[in-house]
Amino acid sequence: MPIVTPFIDLTAVAPEIVLSVFACLLLFASVCMKNHGAAANTWLAITGVIVAGWYAFCPVTAHSAFTGMYEADKFAQIFKIIILLGTGLTILISSKYSEDEKINHGEYYALLLFATVGMLLMVASSDMITLFLGLELLSICLYVLAGYTRTRAESNEAALKYFLLGGFAAGFLLYGMAMIYGSTGHTDLAGIGKAVSHGAFNKMYLTVGAIMLLVGLGFKLAAVPFHQWTPDVYQGSPIPITAFMSAGPKAAVLAALIRVYEGSVSYMHVDWLAWLGVLAVMTMTVGNVAALVQNDVKRMLAFSSISHAGYAMVGLAAANKQGIASVIIYMLVYTLMNIAAFGVLALVARKNEQRTKMQDFAGFAYSNPFLAIAMTILAFSLAGIPPMAGFMAKFYVFMSAMQAGLYWLVVAAVINSAIGIYYYLRFTVSMYMREPEEKLPPVTASPALLIAIVVSLIGVLVIGVVPADYLDMAGRAILSF
Amino acid sequence: MFPILSTITFIPLVGVLAILMVNGKKEGLIRMITLATGVVDFIVSIGVYTGFDPASHQMQFVERVPWIPSFGAEYYLGVDGISLFMVLLTTFTCVLCYLSTWTAVEKNVKEFNIAMLVLQTAMIGVFCALDFVLFYVFWEMMLIPMYLLIGVWGGKRRIYATVKFFVYTMAGSVLMLFAILALYYEYHAATGVYTFDILKYYSLGMNKTLQLWLFLCFFVAFAIKVPVWPFHTWLPDAHVEAPTAGSVILAGILLKMGTYGFLRFSLPIFPDASISAAWWISGIAIIGIIYGALVAMAQEDVKKLVAYSSVSHLGFVVLGTFAFNLRGIEGGILQMINHGISTGALFLAVGILYERRHTRDISEYGGITKVMPKFAVVFMIVTLSSIGLPLTNGFIGEFLILLGVFESNVTYAVLASTGVILGAVYMLWMFQRVMFGEVTNEKNKNLPDLNKRELAYMLPLVALVFILGVYPNPVIKRLEPSVKNLVAIVNKAKNGTAVVGESVLRPTADSGARSGEVVALSVGNQTVNSGKRD
Repeated sequence: MPIVTPFIDLTAVAPEIVLSVFACLLLFASVCMKNHGAAANTWLAITGVIVAGWYAFCPVTAHSAFTGMYEADKFAQIFKIIILLGTGLTILISSKYSEDEKINHGEYYALLLFATVGMLLMVASSDMITLFLGLELLSICLYVLAGYTRTRAESNEAALKYFLLGGFAAGFLLYGMAMIYGSTGHTDLAGIGKAVSHGAFNKMYLTVGAIMLLVGLGFKLAAVPFHQWTPDVYQGSPIPITAFMSAGPKAAVLAALIRVYEGSVSYMHVDWLAWLGVLAVMTMTVGNVAALVQNDVKRMLAFSSISHAGYAMVGLAAANKQGIASVIIYMLVYTLMNIAAFGVLALVARKNEQRTKMQDFAGFAYSNPFLAIAMTILAFSLAGIPPMAGFMAKFYVFMSAMQAGLYWLVVAAVINSAIGIYYYLRFTVSMYMREPEEKLPPVTASPALLIAIVVSLIGVLVIGVVPADYLDMAGRAILSF
Repeated sequence: MFPILSTITFIPLVGVLAILMVNGKKEGLIRMITLATGVVDFIVSIGVYTGFDPASHQMQFVERVPWIPSFGAEYYLGVDGISLFMVLLTTFTCVLCYLSTWTAVEKNVKEFNIAMLVLQTAMIGVFCALDFVLFYVFWEMMLIPMYLLIGVWGGKRRIYATVKFFVYTMAGSVLMLFAILALYYEYHAATGVYTFDILKYYSLGMNKTLQLWLFLCFFVAFAIKVPVWPFHTWLPDAHVEAPTAGSVILAGILLKMGTYGFLRFSLPIFPDASISAAWWISGIAIIGIIYGALVAMAQEDVKKLVAYSSVSHLGFVVLGTFAFNLRGIEGGILQMINHGISTGALFLAVGILYERRHTRDISEYGGITKVMPKFAVVFMIVTLSSIGLPLTNGFIGEFLILLGVFESNVTYAVLASTGVILGAVYMLWMFQRVMFGEVTNEKNKNLPDLNKRELAYMLPLVALVFILGVYPNPVIKRLEPSVKNLVAIVNKAKNGTAVVGESVLRPTADSGARSGEVVALSVGNQTVNSGKRD
C-alpha cells in the first residue's frame, strides 16, 4: 500500500508555531543570560504573544488542515485571540510578581507559552485526538506552573492536588473518547456527527462516552460538581498563574464543549443541553454562595471564577447561534476583567503572598487611588453592573437563554448575579470605607502591570458602552456553525 | 436639531473630566467647577421647559441613534410631560446640593464631587431614556455613585446602610432585567420585530397571566425604589447614614424613579395586570401612608423622622397612580415634584442644624427660633409645605390625589386622609420640640443663623413652595396631555375586555357592584375632566 503524505498546511497553525519557537527561545535565553535577563524574559514572551496574535488576527478563510484534524475557522480564530489576550495579560502581571518572588526564569514564561499552544490546539481541534493532545499539553504545563513557587507549601500542595485529580479526570476524558470511538467508529467530530445522525452507532456506549467526556471537560472548566479541586489549587498557585488558569483554559474548554456538544453529539436524541443547563445552575449557585463567605480574596476570586464559568454555560445551554456568540463575548470580557483583578491582588498581596485577606485592601484607595479606581471598575464589571462590559456580557448570555425559552435558567442566573454583587462590593467597602490595620509603605505598580490594567479598563469600558462591533464580531465567528 | 437632552445628560460628565485634571488639594476650585457644571446644566434644562410643547403628549426633543443594532437597542432619548419635570427637578436639586456641601464635606472633596456629578448624569439619563437597555444601564449606573456617597461620606453605620441599599435595589433590578428580556421576546413573537423601544410596548397586548408575572417583576423593582411598604426597610438606614447631599438626592430624585417607573412602564405596558393588582397595591400604599406616619411620630432622630415621612408621602403617590384617573395620576406627579422640593428642603434644613451641632437628636434642640430666626422662618415654611397646608405646594398634590382616589374608591380616600392628619401631627410636634420653647441646651445658645450661601439654596426652595402652591397651572398644563394619554391606555384595557366586572379590584362579596361603579365613574370623569379643563 502506497503511503500518501498528507498535505501539511503550516499557515493554519502559524500562531502555535510562533509560540513554540518563542518558548524554545526563552529556554535558551534564560540559560545564556543567567540572572541578567529578568526583564528581557518578560518582553521576549510578550513579543511572542504579539506576533502569534498578529498571525491569529490575519483574516482566515475557513478550512480544515492536517487531514481534517484541525479546523482553522473564524470560531477558532476568535477563541485564539481571547486566549492570547489572556496569556499576554498574564505575562504582563507576572513581571513584577516573578521578580519579587525570584521566579523570573525563562522556564516560567516558556511553560506559559506551551500551555497557550495547548489551548490554541484545543479550540481548533476537529478531532478528539487533537483535542486530547491540546488538553494534555495545557494540563501538564499548568501542573508545573501551579507549583512554581517551590518554597511555599501551599503552592506545592496545589500542584500535587491538581496533578492527581487532573490525571484522574484525563482518564475519564480519554475513556469517554474511546467509548465514543467504539460506538461510532470515528474520532473526528464530523464523522461522529455523521454516524450519529445516520443512526450508525451503539447508543449505550455513546451515552456513557459522552457523559465521561463531559466529566473530563467539566473538570477542566471547574463546573460543579467537578470543581472540588478549584479552591485549593487556585489559592495555592502563584497569583498570576491563578489568573491564567481562571481565564484561558476555561475559554478553551468552552470552545471544545461547543464543538462537541453543539455539533456531533447533538444529533443524538438526548437532551444534553438541558443537562448543561442544570450544571450551569449548580455551577453558578455553588460558586456564588461559597464566595459569599470567603475572607481570603484569592479564594473568593476562585469561587467567583467558578460562578462565571456557570454564566458562560448558560449561553452554552441556550444552544442557539446567539448562545454561542454570547459565550465568546462572555469569555472575552471575563478574560479582560478577571486577569486584571488578579493583577491588582498580586500587588496588594506583597511578597510571599502574605496579604490576600479582604482587610488587606483597607485604605488602598488612599495609598493607590488609581489602582483602587481600576479595581472598583473591575469589581463592578465582574458583578455585572452597567456601564461596564460585565453587564453587557451577562445581558447577552441571558438574552440568548431567553430566546431559547429557558426561563428557569434565566431566573436562576439573574438571582445569582444579585447574590454575586454582595461579595464584589466588599472590595470597594474595604478599599474606600475601612481604615488599614497597620501602616505599610504604599506599593508601586510596575509599568507592565499598569499596561495590563489600562488595557483591561479600556476594554471593559469600551465593550460596556459601545458593544455593537464586538457583538458583530462574535456573530461572524459562529457563521461556520 | 440641537441634541439638548444629550447635552443635559452629559454636561456633568464634562465636569467630571475637568475635575479629574485638577489637583485634589484645590478644594475650592473643585467645588466651583462642580457648582458651575450644575448651574450650566440647569440653565440648559430650562431650554427644555421653554421649548416644550404643552399641547402634545408625544415624546419631544427626541434623539435616536442605533446603539446595538444586532439587538435592536437604540440610544433613544425623549421627554414627555411626565419626565419633563423629573428632569428639571433633578437639575434643580443638584445645583442646591452642590451649594449645600460647600463646608459639610471635608474629606476627599474631589472624589465626592465626581460621584455627585456621575450620579447626576445617571439620574437624568433614567428620566430621558426611552430604550429599555439604555434605561437599565442608567438605572444601574446610578447605584454606584450613590453607594459610594453613603459608604464613604456617611455616618457611623454607613457600611451596613450602603450595602443594604445596594443589595436591596439590585435584587429588584435583576428581576426587572428578566422581565425586560421576556417582554423583548414576547414582542418579537407578536410582531416579528426585535426592539427595545419602550413606547412600542404600549400597544403590545399580552395575555393576562403573562402580564401579571411580568408586572410583578417590574413592580418589585420599582416598589423597592419608591419604597412601598414592606420594601422600605433600606430607606431609613440609607437616609440616616447618608451625607446631607446624598439624602437630598435620595429623597428628592431617586425615590421618584420608582413612581416614575410605575407611570412609564407598569401602567401602560401592563394595563390589565395593573388594574387587577390595584386593590392590593392601594392596600399596601395605605398601610405605608399610615405606618410611615406612625413610625415617624416615634422617632427621636430628625433625619429618621423625615425619612419615614417619605414612606408616608410616597404612599400617596402610589395610591394616586393606581387610581387610574386623571386627577389621581396628575396629583401623583405633582406630589412627586412637591415631595422632591419639600423633603429635599427638610433634609437640607436638618443638614444645616447638623453642621452646627453634629447631632440629630430632637431632645438636643429646643428654642432654636430664638437663636436662628431666619432659619426658623424657612424651616417653618418647609414643614408646612410637607404637611400640605393650602397655599403651599404640598396641598395641591395631596388634594388632587385624594380627589382622584375618592372618585375610584371612597374607603381608600378616607383611610388615606388620616395620613394627612398624622402628617401634621408628627411634623408639627417635631417642629415644636426643635424650634419652640426656651433654649434649654447651653450649646444651642450661640448658634449662628443662616449665612448667605445657605440662604442661597434654601430661598429658591421656599419660593417654589409658594409658586407651585398658588399657581401650579404651568406644571399641570404640561402634564395633562401625557397623563390623559396614559389614562386612555389604561381605560382602553379596562373597557376593552368583557370581564371587567370580575377582574377589576378585589374579589370580595361587594366587589361586583363597586367595581362596576368604578368603571362607570372613571369613564364619566374622562368626559367631565376633558370638558372642564379644555
